[in-house]
Amino acid sequence: MNALEIKDLDVYYGQLQAIEKVNLIVRERDFLAIMGPNGGGKSTLLKAILGLVPIENGEIKILGGNNKKNRHLIGYVPQFSSVDKNFPITVIEVVLLGALNKGLSFFHKFTEEQRGKARELLEKVGLDKLANRSISQLSGGEFQKMLIARALMTEPKLLILDEPTASVDAKASQDIYNLLGALNKKITIIMVTHNVMAISSYVKGLACLNVGLVYHGDPEISEEVVNSLFGCPVELVAHGVPHRVLKEHEGDNNVSGLN
Amino acid sequence: MLADLIKYQFLQNAFIAGLLASVLAGIIGFIIVEKKMIMMSGGIAHASYGGVGLGYLIGIEPLYGALGFSLLSAVSVGLIKRKGGTDSDIIIGLFWSLGMALGVIFISLMPGYPPNLNSYLFGNILAVTRADLMMMLIVAVVVSLVFFALFNNWKAYLFDDEFSGIRGSGVVLLEYLLLIMTALTVVVLIRIVGIVLALAILIAPAATSKLLFKKMSKRVMMSVIFGVIFIFSGIWLSYTLNTAAGAMIILVAVICYMATYILTSIKLRKKQGNGH
Repeated sequence: MNALEIKDLDVYYGQLQAIEKVNLIVRERDFLAIMGPNGGGKSTLLKAILGLVPIENGEIKILGGNNKKNRHLIGYVPQFSSVDKNFPITVIEVVLLGALNKGLSFFHKFTEEQRGKARELLEKVGLDKLANRSISQLSGGEFQKMLIARALMTEPKLLILDEPTASVDAKASQDIYNLLGALNKKITIIMVTHNVMAISSYVKGLACLNVGLVYHGDPEISEEVVNSLFGCPVELVAHGVPHRVLKEHEGDNNVSGLN
Repeated sequence: MLADLIKYQFLQNAFIAGLLASVLAGIIGFIIVEKKMIMMSGGIAHASYGGVGLGYLIGIEPLYGALGFSLLSAVSVGLIKRKGGTDSDIIIGLFWSLGMALGVIFISLMPGYPPNLNSYLFGNILAVTRADLMMMLIVAVVVSLVFFALFNNWKAYLFDDEFSGIRGSGVVLLEYLLLIMTALTVVVLIRIVGIVLALAILIAPAATSKLLFKKMSKRVMMSVIFGVIFIFSGIWLSYTLNTAAGAMIILVAVICYMATYILTSIKLRKKQGNGH
């Protein structure tokens, strides 16, 4: 069974078409990176998969069922910047929130089993010593790992991450990729990134999105594909090695993620 | 003042009303400060003025009119925000002014001399009746129960509502519950500090607590305690200086918040300075 199937997807924001005729299949235990320039529709595609934005045309299936019906099978790791880092909550409390029941839970208390599982997951992501720390004291990399542990608490079949290495240093990025590589042995992973550098050796497939799907296939992409994706010449050095914009795109001097 | 408190029922009523308002402002204030919904609460408070005017015009208790208008504006803002058609800030701004405008129109349609609306605009805690206290008690019990019974749901919603929504943890229901609880709280606060000043007593205790405490349960508890301190200090000062109680409560609340803000900023700078 496919972990994700997208057929002829169109998404609009008002008059603006954010996604055009996207077809995509992700097989179980795949590790897909979705890459593209800012405004290329990466986050919109994720939101469509998660059922957070209305779709104009097309169909999205998660593990064979409707995406809205089956979205409880998704472990979602949002962008670092979208979560309040000063909220008064500890690391283990955040992870436990992944175990919250569907619907409203009156006078809810987490069981010892759930607490044990949360501690286990924190150990797995390397945060067991920080379990009782306030989240405001975490570094960017630690914060991302905590969000991954919360997503794993939901026992997902499909892990979706939105820019997991944004605001994270190189060492922490590598730690996160090592963790995702290990998780990928059991879980299908889809990751969005606007950073060409972020494509690690763990990634098994690459989808390049710029409103439409420009490329879907092997992560070793050619220079022509990257150039057409970003709309400007980009130096493609090697897999996982920094790339460099050679010439600024006309009318757009902010092609982030490339340096 | 203590002897007068034992002697006069209006002071006893004011004392109990202050306690109940502190509980409500502490809980709802915490949520709206964390969720950055302050302007929305201001919009709901000001929209209630239309209900006060309508209450006078058709001859019902103006506070019931205020309750109806604030509930209607709260649910409308929620519906429009959820549909995502228009920027919710625009709707809040329009409801804010529309409520005030309707209040003025309804009052001007009344035959004879217009009533004095100062107690609704700026509050009068010393005029709280036993019936008002009963309404405040019911609202305080309902809001506290909803908050503490769904504590983990609120925690998940406040920290990351997108994740909670994907998990199906009742985000839509929580959003509407919050809007309704805010509307109810606003109506209670109208009696204490009035429509115009309600926003400050809703946010100052929670914002002060946010500057000082890092744990959610402590932040809520201290938000309630700060509410008690601000309201009672305000009443005591107004009694001593013979000034309006509602305005005095707000003055105390804002001064305390500003003082805490300055002190915590100095402390943080010193800490950062030592770190280098």
